[in-house]
This record gives sequence, C-alpha cells and structure tokens, in this order.
Amino acid sequence: MNRLPDITDLEATALAGLAVQAPATLRPSVLVDIGLADHYARIDSPLGPLVISWNGRGVSSVDQVRDDAEFEVRHLASTGRRAMPGTLPPRLATAITRRLDGDRRVRIALDLRGHSPFEQDVWRKALDIPRGEVRPYGWVAAEIGRPRAVRAVGTALGHNPVPLIVPCHRVIRTDGSIGQYSLGGPSNKRTILAAEGLDPDRMEDAGRRGERLVGCASTKIVCWPTCRTGRHMLERNRRPFRSLAEAGAAGYRPCKICRPVAAAVAA
Amino acid sequence: MDVDDRLTTALADDLDGAFEALVVGHEDRLYTIALRMLGDRGDAEEAAQDAFVRAYRALASYDGERIRELRLRGWLTTIVLNRCRSVAARKATRGPRPLPIDGDAARPIVEPEAPAASAPMEVAERHAERDRWAARLLALPVSYRTAVVLRHVDGLSYPEVAAALGRPEGTVKAQVHRGIALLRTMLEAERQHHFQEMTA
Repeated sequence: MNRLPDITDLEATALAGLAVQAPATLRPSVLVDIGLADHYARIDSPLGPLVISWNGRGVSSVDQVRDDAEFEVRHLASTGRRAMPGTLPPRLATAITRRLDGDRRVRIALDLRGHSPFEQDVWRKALDIPRGEVRPYGWVAAEIGRPRAVRAVGTALGHNPVPLIVPCHRVIRTDGSIGQYSLGGPSNKRTILAAEGLDPDRMEDAGRRGERLVGCASTKIVCWPTCRTGRHMLERNRRPFRSLAEAGAAGYRPCKICRPVAAAVAA
Repeated sequence: MDVDDRLTTALADDLDGAFEALVVGHEDRLYTIALRMLGDRGDAEEAAQDAFVRAYRALASYDGERIRELRLRGWLTTIVLNRCRSVAARKATRGPRPLPIDGDAARPIVEPEAPAASAPMEVAERHAERDRWAARLLALPVSYRTAVVLRHVDGLSYPEVAAALGRPEGTVKAQVHRGIALLRTMLEAERQHHFQEMTA
C-alpha cells in the first residue's frame, strides 16, 4: 500500500464538501409513496370542488371542506396521517374523471386501511351499482351475505371515506326515500343522483305509493325500479309491485341482473 | 447505543411510527451518494426515493430480530447504490444523457469556513470549485468512484465501505487510493492545461 498516495487535507476537505442536503420534496415523496403520509388536491365534481387525498397505496379520502387547513386537520384525525398539498398524478386524475362519468371498468386503487372487513365488503358491493341506478340498503346487506345487517350497512355507507369514487349515493332506503348522505347531507345526494340521470322526486313519489319493484308484462320479469334492463320497457307493460311475493303471485320471475330476490326477503 | 441502534430498535417495535426518523436521519446521505454517483439531481432524487421505498418494503418483511441486527448505514448504502445502478442502466439504454449539471440548488451541509459576509465572487468561485470536483468524481471508473464517494464524501469507515460493497477491505482501500491518485492526475492535467493557456 505504500506505493499508493495518501489523501491530502485539501482533497479530503474538497470531497467532504460535496455532501449536499436532500431536496425538500424527497421526504414527502417517500412517505406518500409507502403510505405513511398523503397528498391532496382539489377536483371538480357535480357538487363543486372537492378535496381528494391519495398515497402510494391508493385514494384515501374524498371530502368537501371550506379550506385546506380544515382538510388537513380532519384527515389527520380520521387516518392518523399528515396530508400535504400535491399534484394529482395524471393517470389517477384521468381514472377519477372516468369513474365519476360512470365508467366502472376503470380501476382505482383505494387505501382503506383501518376500516373493518364488513365496511370494505359494503363499499365493494356499492361499486357494483351502475351509474343511473340505485339499490336499497337491504339489497347490499343481502348481497354480502349479511341480510339482517341492514342498519349496519347504512352506518358503513355513512363512513365511506371515498364518496363518489365508491358510489354510496346509489344506495337508498327500502321505502324509496333518498336517505342520508355523508358528503354534505341528503341534498347533495339528490344532486348527484340527478346528475346521473335519475329523478329523485319521482323515485320518492313512487316509494310513497308503495312501489318497490317494477315488472314488465311482456317478459314477466320483475326488477328494481332503476334496473337498466327495464329502461326500454313500454309504459303500457309497466307493472309496479309492492313486494317480490306479490310479483311472484302474478307470475313474474326476479331479474338476474339486478337480483331483487334476497333483498326483498331481507326488506 | 448510537443513533442507528436506537433507530433499529424503534423500527423493530413500530415500523410505521419510526420510519420517518430513518428518512430524516439518512436522506441527505443517500441523496448525496446518488448525486455524486449519477451526476444528475433528478436521477439522484429518483434513486434515493426508490431506495427508501425498497428499504421500507424490506423492513416490513423482516422480523424484529433481523431489524435490530441491521447495520443501517451500510445496509441503506447498499440499497441506494443498487438503485443508482438501475437508474444509470435505464438511462444508458435510452441513449446519451444530457451533460451532468450540478451546483446552485445543491447546497453543501458543511459550508467551508467562510467569513461572515463573503463576497459573491468568492461564493461563486467556491461553487465552481465544487462543481469541478463533482465532475472529476464522475470521470472516475465506477468502482473507484463508488469507493471514494463512500469513504470521503459520505465518510464511512473502511470496514463500513467494505461491508456495504461486499468486497474485502484491502480491495476497497486500494480502490479508494487509486481513485484519489486518478483525481490527483486529473487535477495536475487541468493545471498544466491552464498553464499552457496562460502562456500560449
């Protein structure tokens, strides 16, 4: 080793002086990437501007708030994670726009850590309801194999951290009334349903008349009133029913697409 | 018990709760290593970010005992060097990169002993000098550059460098010395060139 030169103080100082500080963006990027902190940004919706938060695991919340500070406090309280302003990644922005436009095939990863398996089952089931249609709470309960848990389904939907992306607004009361909504109350729920092509007032009127299901006299199939298969039904073929039993007695079989069977039993 | 020992204990107990402290403790180091290996700030940030994400995933898969036994400095160094290799390889397949630019935004942690109010010219000259050293490092063969960066820029001990690179200590020492000798040759050549220009 003697042949090799030793480093001089001058060189050592020059090389040690090449140490730099990491850019301020590095730490937030790391923490968000692994899901120990979240980014948030504003998005447009039928309800006006909303705040959406996400991290490397997926979208973690959709909220309606007055200002950023309020959101950051709320986010920390509900998730235990800091939320920092960020720019929505273009791919996620496109996916969200398409989802809000009713495209259910677009995949959006969700970060639902800290929520119970039951809640997650409820939210996943809500994702099955197409834009422009609604189902009662009892249908969700029956579909996830918990027919008696109708009230718990309502509570779980009320706790949906990602409203609009998980369309909990498409789940209504069994009597046809619109019901509660976590993202700013029932009037917002009406606004979104109307934006999706439904008429909340007419739906509630039909509910008050006791119409729970609608049958088609030509096919003898009975559906939930908003099922897409009934959309082209002629008005003269339209037969409202109070219950599945009533429809069955009239010779109608339940639709295989909207599956009014189990829910009607539960309701 | 040094800082990293306390950190590994905390990580073993509560990975999510302690991971930010790991980032705080090592972000400047990993970014510096990546910047001096790659020469580009964007690439360096990518490599450092990637290294932390991979470190987190690895820690999440380790049991408590394995985490407690980690030598964090060396372990993180190995990871960031791997990420640097992938970033460099990916760039290489996409054709030549723009010339490395370094300076201004990359502020040194240890400013050289500066008078209270140093003249702008002096600051500029100091930055230019730093850029020249960074460029000389980038001109070294990768194995020498790695050894010199870890030993003299990051300040790891020879045993730590050897462990991080998985090479014998003697090899690492020789690589550092050869790297320094090459840097000195470059410096000499630059002076000669400068002198010739002055006398031409």
